[in-house]
Amino acid sequence: MSALLVPAPGTPLVNATRFRQAHEPDWQRLEEIVTRMEKRSIRSLSDDDLLALPGLYRTTLSSLSVARDTSLDRALITYLERLCTRAYFQIYGVQTPASRQLARFFSRSWPAAVRSLWRETLFCVALTLGSALLSYVLIRGDPSWFYSMIPEGMTDGRDPTATAQFLRSTLYDTPKGEGGILGIFATFLFTHNSQIAIFAFALGFAFAVPTVLLILYNGLMLGAFFAIFAAKGLAFNLTGWLMIHGTTEIFAICISGAAGIRIGTAIAFPGPSSRADAAVDAGRTAATAMAGTVIMLAVAGLLEGVGRQTILSDNLRMLIGAAALMSWIGYFYALPLRKAAGGD
Amino acid sequence: MATKAIKLRDLRRAFITPEGVDLRLELASAGSRAGAFLIDFGLMLAALIAMTIAAFYLASNSGKGGPSEGVFSFVGVLWLIGFFVLRNGWFSLFEMGSRGATPGKRLMGLRVVARDGARLTGAAVIARNAMREIEVFLPLSFLGAQAAEGLADTFLIIFALLWSGIFLFFPLFNRDRLRVGDLVAGTWVVRNEKAGLVEDLVGSAQRSRRVFPPAALKLYGVYELQTLEGVLRTENPEAIVTVARTIRAKAGLPDDGDDYGFLSDYYAALCVHLESGLMVGRRRESKFVEGQS
Repeated sequence: MSALLVPAPGTPLVNATRFRQAHEPDWQRLEEIVTRMEKRSIRSLSDDDLLALPGLYRTTLSSLSVARDTSLDRALITYLERLCTRAYFQIYGVQTPASRQLARFFSRSWPAAVRSLWRETLFCVALTLGSALLSYVLIRGDPSWFYSMIPEGMTDGRDPTATAQFLRSTLYDTPKGEGGILGIFATFLFTHNSQIAIFAFALGFAFAVPTVLLILYNGLMLGAFFAIFAAKGLAFNLTGWLMIHGTTEIFAICISGAAGIRIGTAIAFPGPSSRADAAVDAGRTAATAMAGTVIMLAVAGLLEGVGRQTILSDNLRMLIGAAALMSWIGYFYALPLRKAAGGD
Repeated sequence: MATKAIKLRDLRRAFITPEGVDLRLELASAGSRAGAFLIDFGLMLAALIAMTIAAFYLASNSGKGGPSEGVFSFVGVLWLIGFFVLRNGWFSLFEMGSRGATPGKRLMGLRVVARDGARLTGAAVIARNAMREIEVFLPLSFLGAQAAEGLADTFLIIFALLWSGIFLFFPLFNRDRLRVGDLVAGTWVVRNEKAGLVEDLVGSAQRSRRVFPPAALKLYGVYELQTLEGVLRTENPEAIVTVARTIRAKAGLPDDGDDYGFLSDYYAALCVHLESGLMVGRRRESKFVEGQS
């Protein structure tokens, strides 16, 4: 023992020391580069640093492996672990630039996600139409059904007792008669509807039950309003009023409902993959589709808040609505998608 | 002591880099996650308040005798969009950045990472944060709306708290501390802290050190050595006295009055002794494991 403890002066006693002496400058240079990347970006590095980075990273990584096996200095191992982790995230975790991500979202991820949800989307559309038909038939038969379906605050006087003239005025008059409010109105509609779309997505986690109810209720309200307008002979006019934005909006709500249903069913019936894997797969696809519906709802908000208040012709309103629907369908289902090299 | 060590290791997860080295990421503790969320929530509230005050200021100072319609509508649109982005975008936009963390997470030294080790995609970030709607905002806004109308009876409050509670404590019920959002997005939150390179305890042999009999060096293993390292690095005088006394008593060494010097020499000697074992493939994990013969 004593032989070990009286070495020549200046000779390191333990591996940690020896190891540090050999590699410390490399670690410190890596740390300095990584810190700079974290603070600013990779663009703040000089060419020299950029070239040295991969080498330094690998050196430090192998230092970590060696230190774990030969050194007992825990502080040193912790230091190397954290440094390697930070460097790893800077080197491999770097995000694709926002512009390229956006381009990929529009050219591929979004339509691909919506396309893969076609079955759920079809189900939501059928559910909306079916429940609309149901409430229409019920209310035409017995108007008192209206009050059990639509909450008081929603109607603004548009209930079975309203006069035809009043109902007509709700279709063509600008609410509150203020042109300057249009912008706020459109924005409010957009944020409100987007929030509902996000809910429809998130609620899917509860085995899709609340999402289905949300879609169902949406359809019931649609049918109920149709019923009271049709009773006064205004069905055609209401169609125009609804279609200009409704084709986009209802389609968007159906897609976000489909996204929620995809998550719920993936968790309830994971199929051959594990429940966690199925949830992740469904979650990422559904999230992409859901993010897209926010864009659709922004368009719908503009059409509703501005377009509908300035365009009063029924035919033109329907034409715009139909054109919007056709372009969405074309974009989602007919656009040829380039196969991406990797990932979404 | 042993159970504590196991608990600490429990949050470590294997994470193999493409170079084949296991980084052993450490998952964020529930406490730091909650802390990060509270910081973010506070910042969001502050931003909302600042935004509202700015909107009022803009609207009231724009024209003489009340706001003009155009300005009013412009400010209204800005506020609505600002609110929407704040509520739905705060977490997502920050986590999509290269830091992979919101300001709260950064302060707590956390980072969001894809569980499979791949790059964190925008879709995953959106998925994990859209789930916050049902975890936090839904019961919160529900409760707020009911309270504003004076309808929030005890039952409703209990229901909202229960609902939030299930999601709030969800991370505690699974091994990987996953939120519902993490589950759906395939992400987890890990610690990503800076650690400076601290001083080398042993250093080079500049001076003569105490010499210990072989029996005194066979008392302990790696775990005890690293605990001693912690004691020496924190330099808490009480701990040093206690540890020095314990080691002396156990090894039967006389007290020479210099506790810190004794401990650092003992540390160096034990380190050399255990390392010589490592060189021939014998790693003695702790004092409970038989030492090399």
